[in-house]
Amino acid sequence: MTKLTSTRVLPNLVLCLCLGLLTPSAFAQGELRFCLRSEPKTFDPLQVEDDASVAIRYLTGGTLVRMNRQSQVLEPELAQSWKVSKDGKQITFKLRSGISFSDGTPFSAEDVAYTVQRLMDPSLHSPTGDAFRSGPGKVDTKILSASQISITFPAPVAGLDRQFDQVALISQHSPKKEMAVLGPFMVADYKPGATVLLKRNPNYWKTDEQGRKLPYLDSIRLDIQPNRDIEMLRFKRNEIDLINSLDSEYFDKLASGSPQLVHDAGASLDSEQMWFNQVAKAPLPGYKKAWFRSTAFRRAISDAINRDDLARVVFRGHAQPALGPFSPANRFWFDAKLKPPVYSPDASLKALQREGFHLDNGTLKDAGGNVVVFSIITNSGNKYRERMATMIQEDLQKIGIQVNVVTLDFPSLLERMTQTFDYEAILLGLSNVGLDPNEEMNVWLSSSENHQWNPQEKTPETAWEAEIDRLMRLQSASSDPKKRKEAFDRVQEIVVEQAPFIFLVNRNALSASSSSVHGLSPVILAPQTYWNAERLSVGVIEAQSRP
Amino acid sequence: MLGRKIARHGVAIIGTALLGGLLSATMVRLAPGFDTDEAQIDSHLNSESLRALRESRSQQNNILVFYLQSLKRASQGDLGSSLTLHQPVSKLLRERAPLTLRLIGVALLLSWGAAMTLALSAAFLRLYSYDALATVISGILLCLPAAVVGLLSVLWNTPAALAVAALVFPRDFRYARNLLGRAYSLPHIITARAKGLHELRILFWHVIPVAGPQLLALAGVSVSLAIGAAIPIEALCGLAGVGQLAWQAALARDLPLLVNITVLVTLVTLLANTAADLIGSMVGSQPA
Amino acid sequence: MKIWRRVACAVLLLVVGVSLCATFVAPAGYARQYREAADAPPSRQHWLGTDDIGRDRFARVLYGTRLSLLLAPAAALLSTLMAAVIGGLAGYLGGMFQRAAMTVTDLFLSLPWLFLLITVRALLPLNVSPLVSVLATFLILGMLGWTSAARVLCASAACLRDSDFLRQARASGIPGARLFWIHVLPNLKPVLLAQFWVSIPVFILSEANLGILGLGVAEPMPSWGSLLKELEGLVSVGEEPWKFVPLILLVAVVTSFQLIVSKQEEEFAV
Repeated sequence: MTKLTSTRVLPNLVLCLCLGLLTPSAFAQGELRFCLRSEPKTFDPLQVEDDASVAIRYLTGGTLVRMNRQSQVLEPELAQSWKVSKDGKQITFKLRSGISFSDGTPFSAEDVAYTVQRLMDPSLHSPTGDAFRSGPGKVDTKILSASQISITFPAPVAGLDRQFDQVALISQHSPKKEMAVLGPFMVADYKPGATVLLKRNPNYWKTDEQGRKLPYLDSIRLDIQPNRDIEMLRFKRNEIDLINSLDSEYFDKLASGSPQLVHDAGASLDSEQMWFNQVAKAPLPGYKKAWFRSTAFRRAISDAINRDDLARVVFRGHAQPALGPFSPANRFWFDAKLKPPVYSPDASLKALQREGFHLDNGTLKDAGGNVVVFSIITNSGNKYRERMATMIQEDLQKIGIQVNVVTLDFPSLLERMTQTFDYEAILLGLSNVGLDPNEEMNVWLSSSENHQWNPQEKTPETAWEAEIDRLMRLQSASSDPKKRKEAFDRVQEIVVEQAPFIFLVNRNALSASSSSVHGLSPVILAPQTYWNAERLSVGVIEAQSRP
Repeated sequence: MLGRKIARHGVAIIGTALLGGLLSATMVRLAPGFDTDEAQIDSHLNSESLRALRESRSQQNNILVFYLQSLKRASQGDLGSSLTLHQPVSKLLRERAPLTLRLIGVALLLSWGAAMTLALSAAFLRLYSYDALATVISGILLCLPAAVVGLLSVLWNTPAALAVAALVFPRDFRYARNLLGRAYSLPHIITARAKGLHELRILFWHVIPVAGPQLLALAGVSVSLAIGAAIPIEALCGLAGVGQLAWQAALARDLPLLVNITVLVTLVTLLANTAADLIGSMVGSQPA
Repeated sequence: MKIWRRVACAVLLLVVGVSLCATFVAPAGYARQYREAADAPPSRQHWLGTDDIGRDRFARVLYGTRLSLLLAPAAALLSTLMAAVIGGLAGYLGGMFQRAAMTVTDLFLSLPWLFLLITVRALLPLNVSPLVSVLATFLILGMLGWTSAARVLCASAACLRDSDFLRQARASGIPGARLFWIHVLPNLKPVLLAQFWVSIPVFILSEANLGILGLGVAEPMPSWGSLLKELEGLVSVGEEPWKFVPLILLVAVVTSFQLIVSKQEEEFAV
């Protein structure tokens, strides 16, 4: 692969050097190839919801601000500067001038206004737009000049400026509509089920420190390949250049032969967790509902799970036992006061006995003599979750609890989880893209549909849920980062105390890249490997820098 | 006479395919998870967006109404739009059908070529060790999971048609070997061979008329076996064919896409089996 | 020739015998997790190494053999009987009955059965015992797997329908049902045997695939199908040949059965 790229680009370079005409475009560097795990559902950046479309939006979309995935600091992009009002309702951007979309259409404040209005159109039902919707009412956009715009929301939006990291701007006037982009690459070709080809955006505005035009790469080829084994096979054969999210067993296999190809960036934001069904109307026997709604029962189960073993065996050591709702990788929002979970089946059994449970011939029974048995469902095809569930099955067997592991296809699982509530416990993962707790409002508010253990409570059914509601609203309404942090720290502590979610592990961000890819600096935040895609190159720069 | 027979079969084929479409739509609708969407657990979506998401699916709740409306639209050349890929179904099928047809065609040629060669030579030679070898080869292929065959195909850089053929071949071989073995054991064929009649004459004049109709029926069935094998292979090897589309549609409960694919598969299956029946009845009616 | 059959018999006896003695040969059991030795290569303690969460692979192969060797042939027998009755009767009776039966068969061949299986899983309670789950799975497989054979059998029976010996039998007043059982079905034996032997490995593999729908053998019980799924990580399996043992065992058992039975097939055919 390296060879192919070199033979294509090198003659151009030699010619340019001979002529002394080293133009910025001569640094265009080859093609980067990697896999998308699913078909992108849309190229419209405002309607993006699936991972594949998010990846394409990241590579093609131009944003006003961008969070640096390495430093976790918000940096200016198409906005030179910005200011958030004290009440957290208004943001004013000062835009860069002289910038054009990929098709040559000039970029102005009108496009920002158009993008925001379309994004906030209630009929669009955009997840990106919904993140800004903190209260009823219309969003007001005011163009102050060709390069200045202020946007006013009807209610305060916590972390308002950070939310714009996800908003890729579209053109109001371009005939190509959303296919005209401001990001480093643009969609050049799409073969459904096979590939998406991105070409460098000739009008991209950024240059590097030496004044060379970015991006370095000519193109990015994204092959649609859901099968991880085949992705690995193609990587080994140099048919793709990187694997953005690598399985831990493949990590070790690659590392044993070529350690320079793999990267472990440490614990990511993603967590694996299980929870019990606490829905009052769930079609479960009353005694089971009583177990699941008991804090002592949930805490006892949590204490009886050996998280160190889950991290060590299932993820081959490439995961960390989870401490709470947020991973320590979220540097600002993680509550450092949380203590690591302690595996203690004896303490767990004692706690259960205090609640009236007792062991009878090695089988745990409740005060009413009911055998403690429940099922854990997880989505099929995810071998890590299947293995975790099987290990939890054995852990709980030690305190006399019988667990049945059931794998279901995702739509069936979703129906049980969100509509029929016909389940006892679920083991799933949560992918955190954003750092701000405000992005999880719909998980923690008891009235929300995504309050998984007991959705859409008319009023909070427990005192601790009422307290979480209060704290989440408090942090959301405040623009003082310190106050917000205090409130969310308390939320994290309540969640650990009450264990509505039993957090299991935080997976490490593992990736692999071919030695011909340069400029890589894998991080824990998505997209782990190509977050700096505009500065990546394949093959030639390295070759040139060598004597 | 033949024209009327073909016309009668044609009507039956269309009727059965339409019934297949209705049945598949009903099965998809009744299966759990029909009106769910992965986006439902996106914590960014507010309650209004979630409601809209559910309503978009519930439009297809009355399966008979949905199917009749789909048929009406289909009669005007509109096959509807995929719920997940947001593209017209007719466009998706048009783009992807050639690849799958080519894949299945080549796979059938390969599997039938191999199965018939091995089965004929085994029945003709009647050598136990040769038969045992053929049995072991087909046994190994029969025991390999489709996913492993697909992975091997990628690993060894072989054409996907070979992988599909490897999945269809052992089934074809087993039936063909038994059918031909039985035909070659018939008393009049043993007598003919003993009298030194030319092998080709025995094959075409005595064996084919006896085993022909069953072999043709097997050929018809092979088409649906090949379609079934093409689905995992296309999905694994990243081939943008109808099989991959069917796989995606099934995982996402994409009703419009699934119904159209079922009708298409039923049509192909029926055409293959009807053709086999018609030819079989002609072969079978010849004097043995 | 006799040696091949003797070898086949010995292989079968060995596999069945050892799997029946699993409790003594592999006392660790199939569920115990040796977490300190997960994904370990073969050793004196674990003859075939351990799986991803440290369970002894040898024990799992033996216990899986018991289950799969019992249930897969049972399901294959069911599908073969259904094919014989539906396909054989359709071909024998001919006319409208044949057309209707073959239309149903064609529909069966084309429908997306995945959704029926998903619905069946939804009807079963979540806390169903692994044995009930696996029995239901093989029952469904048996009931859905008859179609291909039915078509071929129908063609075979249709040929027999007009044969001289059946005409003579009919003329001598033998009742239709007796004719079908005594004269037609035995003549369909080559196809029935093929269907039976093809179905066994197919059902074993299908059972593993149905695991993704929550059907099949539930954890921690092993089956050949679930053991064969390890091969899907083929990129690494190449470096760990002991993971091929379940596949080799399945091939050995299926081939041995076929080698033994091919004698009967020949005897019958002659």
